[in-house]
Amino acid sequence: MKVAIIGIGSTNFGEYWDQNLRQLAIEAGTKAITDANIRGRDIDAIYLGNMSAGRFIGQEHVAAMVSGELGLSIPASRVEGACASGGLALRQGIFSILSGQHDIVLVGGAEKMTDLMTDGVTSSLMGAADQEWEAYYGVTFPSLYAMIARRHMHEFGTTREQMAKVAVKNHHNGSLNPIAQFRNEITVEQVLNSPMVADPLTLFDCSPITDGAAALILCKDELAKKYTGEPIYIVGSGQASDTLALHDRKSLTTLDATVKAAQEAYKQAGITAKDIDFAEVHDCFTIAEIVATEDLGFCKKGEGGKLLDEKATEIGGRIPVNTSGGLKAVGHPVGATGIKQAVEIVLQLREKAGERQIKNAKIGLTHNVGGSGATAVVHIFSR
Amino acid sequence: MGHESSVPLFWRLIKPRYQLIGTKCTTCGNVFYPPKYLCPVCRKEGKLEDIKLKKTGKILTFSIVRSAPTGFDKEAPYPVAIIELDDGPRLTSQIVDWKEEDLKIGRRVEACFRRIYTDGEEGIINYGLKFRLI
Repeated sequence: MKVAIIGIGSTNFGEYWDQNLRQLAIEAGTKAITDANIRGRDIDAIYLGNMSAGRFIGQEHVAAMVSGELGLSIPASRVEGACASGGLALRQGIFSILSGQHDIVLVGGAEKMTDLMTDGVTSSLMGAADQEWEAYYGVTFPSLYAMIARRHMHEFGTTREQMAKVAVKNHHNGSLNPIAQFRNEITVEQVLNSPMVADPLTLFDCSPITDGAAALILCKDELAKKYTGEPIYIVGSGQASDTLALHDRKSLTTLDATVKAAQEAYKQAGITAKDIDFAEVHDCFTIAEIVATEDLGFCKKGEGGKLLDEKATEIGGRIPVNTSGGLKAVGHPVGATGIKQAVEIVLQLREKAGERQIKNAKIGLTHNVGGSGATAVVHIFSR
Repeated sequence: MGHESSVPLFWRLIKPRYQLIGTKCTTCGNVFYPPKYLCPVCRKEGKLEDIKLKKTGKILTFSIVRSAPTGFDKEAPYPVAIIELDDGPRLTSQIVDWKEEDLKIGRRVEACFRRIYTDGEEGIINYGLKFRLI
């Protein structure tokens, strides 16, 4: 499997009260088109990851909205898989090229979240969980991940300090990323002493509410060199599902969908977890990064906390994780996140990541999760 | 969930939500709660029938919600937990009559009938099962 990425684009991530979803999507899209050195009319199709425009801004039908704004009458489809919508849009774009139907495809992710008040956002995000059997009882996303965290602490001895170190690391990386919502360093003490949101998770264990959009231009392998001297290739794509509700899962400390999606992606790429040089993983909450590094095979089950103590996942460590700053520091406009992760991987592989550039980066991985783990999608990228 | 919701949305789930009635597959013997409409193990070879579950179980994990969603803001803080019923199935609900030091993984609990939330001032009052420590 091989599909080229010839262009990337992203808005700044943050709270943009002066911009609507149209503006965000168009900014990311036009940046990617410019970066790819193509014209709008070269694009054959659009796949847009968006979780909940209907709840956040009362607007459905957003893929057609974006194609209309771009002045294009090509096929445009919205792809939805909660917070994994971006990763799933990328996968649909890949398939549309591999099928032979399209040569050049724009895949994007966009979310406008700050037009709702915080409790409205919290309720809307619960649409990614089970409405009838989780949300009905007042459960929130922070509390779902808090229950994963409590169980992980119980089974493996993972500590609050180890979780806090995820936030500290990702804020440090975010401080080096011009698009990040948070560009300030924080300390373990600040994380532990910030207001409790859902015990044992505090405010700084949680990714924020964010506006933002990101885009990629995908191109058929054989045509890529026509547009760029440095195409980056997608060499593996895996996706898996699990039960919508956390309580129905076999394990409360492993996301089986991540394990399965990673196995499929590794198999397609002909590699194992050991061959991955760096990764962007779905750290919607600090515990989620710890669980992800285990489920992706970067360490043994239960030892994700130790990776933080050993500084293995820092820039310059054995396996840098979330060099962008992750969802925690860059922000988490839910539908855009999966595409933003790919943008960071491409920047690193092009050696254009500035101050947060890692050395000898050859193979990168993205890991995007929907809900508490009902959807997971993993992509592998190489030069 | 705004107060524009219609009554059947809540009414159709009264049996499982009020009475802890789940489903049992007579082909594989698995017991499910929340109830299933298709046995996920046997699929079309399965045959589901209602089963009334025992009200007792234990806490597998829990959290305390301090930043609540719409409709629950006056309730916060409140504990939520994943509970494994003695009959096997797991579910998510709230813990009532609690003290923080009593919340522990493994604690025995029992279902009790409670108001869950009110759908706005003129909306439907939603009931269901919460759990108390025993």
